[in-house]
Amino acid sequence: MAAEPGKVDPMHQFRIEPLFGTDHWQIAGYSIPFTNSALWMAITVVALFLFVQGGMKRQLVPGRWQMAVESMTGFIDDLLAANVGPAGKKYVPYIFSLFMFILFANMLGLLPLGLVGVHPFTFTSHFTVTGVLALLSFSIVLIVGFSRHGLHFFSLFVPHGTPIWLLWLIPFIELISFLVRPFSLALRLFVAMMAGHVLLEVLSSFVITSANSGPLWGTVVGIPSFILMIAICALEILVAGIQAYVFALLTSLYLNDAENLH
Amino acid sequence: MEPASAKLIGAGLAAIGAGMAAIGVGNVFGSFLESALRNPGAADGQQGRLFIGFAAAELLGLLSFVVAMILIFVA
Repeated sequence: MAAEPGKVDPMHQFRIEPLFGTDHWQIAGYSIPFTNSALWMAITVVALFLFVQGGMKRQLVPGRWQMAVESMTGFIDDLLAANVGPAGKKYVPYIFSLFMFILFANMLGLLPLGLVGVHPFTFTSHFTVTGVLALLSFSIVLIVGFSRHGLHFFSLFVPHGTPIWLLWLIPFIELISFLVRPFSLALRLFVAMMAGHVLLEVLSSFVITSANSGPLWGTVVGIPSFILMIAICALEILVAGIQAYVFALLTSLYLNDAENLH
Repeated sequence: MEPASAKLIGAGLAAIGAGMAAIGVGNVFGSFLESALRNPGAADGQQGRLFIGFAAAELLGLLSFVVAMILIFVA
């Protein structure tokens, strides 16, 4: 359904467009242009690299920047120690990269760069991106599980204390809940980011349309919508952090299943 | 009924799911706060479980949002 002309289209912000005239780039007949999504992924990686690099001075008495980086790594370290135990130590690099990448992506997508005419693109609001991240976590779980436990990994589908007469049903339910994990992981991040951005866009269209239709409607509708927008922006910053945390937390829980069964 | 209007009505009905998920999320945090105030010492250790519960409750609301979006923009 296309928006009428003159209206703000809330889905336009999610459009992926080729940049810098690269739309004719092809490999084996497939178009691989350098898109705004790829650009913002690159920006996220650069920002993350600079952030971590600034804290790698390894001073004995850490400065503010080093404290910021170390509190992040310490946070992920604690998360894995609490959820996976001692075996979780080796996943700290992966979970840290995952958490910081998603956190930076969500935060960069919220930057008010529209004021200077740059459109920040939240690539975590695309199922392709979050789906790949979720599949990465899921395949690590599968690889670790099968390499550590072999075919014994399938005992994951039969929890301890399952009554014999329920053995025909429980493994089936556990299998479905196991297979649905990558979808729920990817869907949660993608929809949470998309919903927030659509909401902000809809509220901004309220402000613009009401301000255009005279001072009365501008005061009655526009100003409350604008105040609500500011509040929702604060909520979105919270959601950006929570969703990155939930992604890292659920990945570490799944890794716990793979490491220790249950 | 026109298929187009049925789609929009269905998308509106999906908002009920979002509201129900709001009740669920409020329940998760409300119960956590209630018991955290009873035993503040044990509260910090349960934060992981708090967010697991939050994630589970929130996912169902997000699913209803997806249903609405599919009805409006895809179907």
